[in-house]
Amino acid sequence: MGVFKDAGHLFRFLAIFVFLFIAFWVIRGFVVPKSFGKYGHYRAASIDEIAAHPLHFAGHEACETCHVDVANVKKDGKHAHVNCEACHGALQKHAEDPASLTPTKPDTATLCVRCHEYSAARPKNFPQVHAAEHSTGLPCETCHQPHSPAMTSGGAK
Amino acid sequence: MKITRRQMLVLLPAAAIAWEHVMAGTPEAAPNYTMSEHWWSMLIDIPKCIGCGNCVRACKEENDVPDGFFRTWVERYHVEDEDMTNPTVISPDGGKEGFPPVEKEDEGKYFFVPKLCNHCADSPCTQVCPVGATFVTPDGVVLVDQKYCLGCAYCVQACPYGCRYIHPQKEVADKCTLCYHRITKGLTTACCEACPTGARQLVDLKNPNDPIHEFLRTHAVQILKPQMATGAKVYYNGLDGSVR
Ligand code: HEC
Ligand code: HEC
Ligand code: HEC
Ligand code: HEC
Repeated sequence: MGVFKDAGHLFRFLAIFVFLFIAFWVIRGFVVPKSFGKYGHYRAASIDEIAAHPLHFAGHEACETCHVDVANVKKDGKHAHVNCEACHGALQKHAEDPASLTPTKPDTATLCVRCHEYSAARPKNFPQVHAAEHSTGLPCETCHQPHSPAMTSGGAK
Repeated sequence: MKITRRQMLVLLPAAAIAWEHVMAGTPEAAPNYTMSEHWWSMLIDIPKCIGCGNCVRACKEENDVPDGFFRTWVERYHVEDEDMTNPTVISPDGGKEGFPPVEKEDEGKYFFVPKLCNHCADSPCTQVCPVGATFVTPDGVVLVDQKYCLGCAYCVQACPYGCRYIHPQKEVADKCTLCYHRITKGLTTACCEACPTGARQLVDLKNPNDPIHEFLRTHAVQILKPQMATGAKVYYNGLDGSVR
């Protein structure tokens, strides 16, 4: 048993080491978020937090379930692929509860030219007009139905 | 009962391990959404972009992006015939309210280039983060954990595409989330929803029925700065060589 003679200081050192080691794990247990490292070197729970952000755009499918009439007019017209909220703006609040917010009608004086005013930078095959001359000052919707704007041979398309 | 020092030494680590176990609850996943089944990206079809700015406005509204900062923006290029390597690029207020008329209609060519985070598979921005606050999710989206972010801006400098900024109020890094809160619910991104011409399309590379696979087979598609080996996933169709 002579081996452990005068070795008390080594045991005390070991005790301190073990204590610090345990303290490290306990503190680590508190400060490292529980989901850290689940998928990688980050807090996995933050993915769910980001996924829970509120919506502003409802998506055209939502509008079409209620506004069937508009959707039917639109789907055969030239604006078929222009989504409702591209013109009406984000309307999730309205889609959730139509009574809570009645959308204002878009102002065609600024709306239509945003997409259709002539610009040499725009693709040549995109329909463009010099709005001021083209409309002769009249609002666009006097001649074009916004939901189905083409006017081939009188009938709205 | 008296616990000896020896027993204590055995008990404490055991308690620590048990504690660790208690703390490690399972975080709740989004219902009906399995991350491993998706690999998100986007297709930008340059010849379809009309520079209306709908995407920029939609992004700002959907994500409360502060004024003067952009998660997506649109640039207008003017490339003159004699000088292909020095295009004139403008992006007034990110293209949010559209673009002024062109100055030299008959000289060279004009086109629009929408930009956003490329959601790189090997993104330099996530690699430089000192605290693990930015990362690539298992479904391929580069996100920022704003509770963990220190605001050191290393990632802002590391992004070769200039897609990050420090949020002026929150003072943490902010960037495009590819509308993660929308795509995990089966909706498309706000920018794609608002795009009138289909110049921007959300893409799920792990979905075998996504039209992207046919598109990539039949078109000459590029990514930005391929030489940087970032694994960028925003595909550009019809991209001019002058675009940086
Ligand atoms: C739950 C059904 C519902 C959904 C979904 C819905 N709406 Fe409505 N919407 C209504 C009702 C009902 C009204 C009439 C409300 C009123 O007059 O106060 C209305 C009114 C409107 C108006 C104003 C009509 C007017 O006469 O001025 C617009 C524009 C409109 N909706 C657009 C949209 C768009 C765009 C969406 C998709 C984001 C949408 N709505 C989704 C039910 C719905
Ligand atoms: C090209 C832009 C555009 C698109 C796309 C569009 N709207 Fe409209 N919408 C308008 C404008 C402009 C008005 C206002 C017309 C007016 O002042 O008479 C309007 C009016 C309305 C109204 C009021 C009633 C009416 O028929 O005039 C409703 C409801 C409506 N839109 C719903 C929708 C829905 C639902 C969609 C998607 C299916 C849609 N809109 C897509 C531009 C658009
Ligand atoms: C968000 C962009 C956008 C807005 C706003 C918009 N349009 Fe359009 N418009 C389009 C697109 C996209 C097409 C389809 C172009 C195509 O077929 O290549 C189109 C097609 C048309 C056409 C048919 C052109 C043809 O090929 O004959 C007319 C007319 C038209 N729009 C008028 C309007 C009017 C009037 C308004 C305002 C109420 C308006 N547009 C608002 C995007 C827009
Ligand atoms: C006085 C009636 C009138 C008004 C007002 C008017 N348009 Fe037109 N627009 C027409 C006619 C007629 C055509 C040709 C119809 C066709 O070919 O389908 C046309 C065609 C168009 C086209 C298609 C051009 C092309 O190259 O195919 C666009 C885009 C258009 N208009 C946008 C607008 C916009 C935007 C406004 C508002 C600033 C507006 N229009 C106001 C009558 C009008």
